[in-house]
Amino acid sequence: MAEYKGVLICGELTNGKLASISTELLGCGRKLADDLKEDLSCLLASDTIGEASKEAIAFGADKVYVAEQPALKEYQADAYMQVVEQLVKEISPRVILIGQTSVGRDLAPRLAFRLETSLATDCLELSIDPETKSLIQTRPVYGGNAQAILTTELMPQVATIRAKAMTALERDDSRKGEIIPSKVDIDTSKLRIKILETVKEEAVGMKLEDAPVIVSGGRGMGGPEPFQTILKELADLLHGAVGSSRPPADNGWLPEASHIGLTGKIVGPELYIAIAISGASQHIAGCSGSKHIIAINKDSDANIFKEAEFGVVGKYEEVLPAFIGKLKELLAG
Amino acid sequence: MPDINMIVCCKQVPDPEAPPSVFKVADNKIQLPQDIKPVIGQYEEFALEAALKIKDAMGGKITAICSGNNLIRDVIKKALAVGGDELVLLEDEAFEEGDSWSTAFALATAIKKIGEYDIIFCGRQSSDWDAGQVGLGIADILGLPAVTLARKVEIADGKAKIEQVIPDGYQAIEVALPVVVTVTSELGALRYAALKGIMAAAKKQPVIWKPADLGLETSQIGAAGRRSKLNKLFQPVKEAKCEMIEGETLAEAGTNLAIKLREAKLL
Repeated sequence: MAEYKGVLICGELTNGKLASISTELLGCGRKLADDLKEDLSCLLASDTIGEASKEAIAFGADKVYVAEQPALKEYQADAYMQVVEQLVKEISPRVILIGQTSVGRDLAPRLAFRLETSLATDCLELSIDPETKSLIQTRPVYGGNAQAILTTELMPQVATIRAKAMTALERDDSRKGEIIPSKVDIDTSKLRIKILETVKEEAVGMKLEDAPVIVSGGRGMGGPEPFQTILKELADLLHGAVGSSRPPADNGWLPEASHIGLTGKIVGPELYIAIAISGASQHIAGCSGSKHIIAINKDSDANIFKEAEFGVVGKYEEVLPAFIGKLKELLAG
Repeated sequence: MPDINMIVCCKQVPDPEAPPSVFKVADNKIQLPQDIKPVIGQYEEFALEAALKIKDAMGGKITAICSGNNLIRDVIKKALAVGGDELVLLEDEAFEEGDSWSTAFALATAIKKIGEYDIIFCGRQSSDWDAGQVGLGIADILGLPAVTLARKVEIADGKAKIEQVIPDGYQAIEVALPVVVTVTSELGALRYAALKGIMAAAKKQPVIWKPADLGLETSQIGAAGRRSKLNKLFQPVKEAKCEMIEGETLAEAGTNLAIKLREAKLL
């Protein structure tokens, strides 16, 4: 029987750089690898990897496996699976960590089923049991209304990690590590899916993930118009972006890219202003990483007040204009 | 092309829209008050709608399949009432408390027994455990391609054309049938059942399969077949710490909120 050893993370790139989720995976993986006294490896697969392999070392990897091929330009499950499966066969990791991103959501279950092991998705916490060395996986269930602690006796132990749940290490360019080219010949006859086109639909303006302030509206906004007027005014004033809970996106008041929640964007701004949002657990899952949450809601029992630091009970139509007016005054002074 | 055969995997779950305050944990299980009725998971509803849209466009047969125990007929027959043709229930206590693996294995075995399928729809994730694995698991077990997070699905010339949601947009994908497709909320809400559909569904008896009907040992399915062990289910304790800002009028409360945020150096 093969000996399973070490932690492997599957990295992702954004615009040629190591994605922030991947630095978070490395931060978490480093801790687990140290607890196990084993190595931390990182797989990077794309058409060009460039400096990202060095970044992976600077953020904590001991070994970076680089699969650089034109067929890996865009994520395609049938191509990526070949790369990951082969590397896993080669290095038999004890733990595999993947981001709970659109790629990770697609890749991780395929991988776990193929490797005949188990997978815990969307984990918030991971640790190593000091006695059994098994991976203790904590993940939210029931839309965030409860959490489950899971383990498995199968190897490798695979988990995906929610964005912003883990902390990246400080970048340290003096860290030493090994960069290993991965020689995988991708069998293109196994690619069953054809990507016809990739269409960007992002609304113009600041990306929610990058915004220091988010002004977010819920079902209680009543329609699309206030998002474009009063919420936008407030967001612009605070140099932030406008988001929403699920109902406004489902109703087409805003594009899906504005949806914050369990199945939408996961954000962590300095300030999150939730307006007419009841605070369903599925929404909280997307914004609980915010440093400070402010809530305005006409229902004093709304769940959002359990998450907020400051709150006003009242109709937003009456509260917001005065709030914005005073803010303008304070920010000008 | 002959009529297309579609399978939609449905799960009976506690109503995910129930207010957070009613969710309680006891004996490592979620306990909800009696008046909170179970529903078909919201993502499986989108999956049903995806199949119905294809049926609208080109006809075909929709078989809904559901695994569990004590499945409430009024709840799961919604799949028939909205326009599904057949309902297959894997119903036995042995199917209870499965994980993603044992659930996908039971469903894949049942789908093999159904035999004729061109497209298998699942929700992107269940509305209770939110794992998002079963659809991809079924695909792997059956050796089929899979496309996740579909917001639009059309069939032409023996192929599926799918719009898959990616961050900040979508990808147009083409894949040969048969295929597994997991559906996301952008596809659109499930239509309401017409009275005629409700009446027809009331008369229709579901097909019920026990583990033995699928050639399965009870050790392979449900709780016994799990690959992951549930050590503990709990609710994190949250301290309510919200400071309520008030005023003579709501406008004054708004003004006071701005002052407060400034004092707290949040702005």
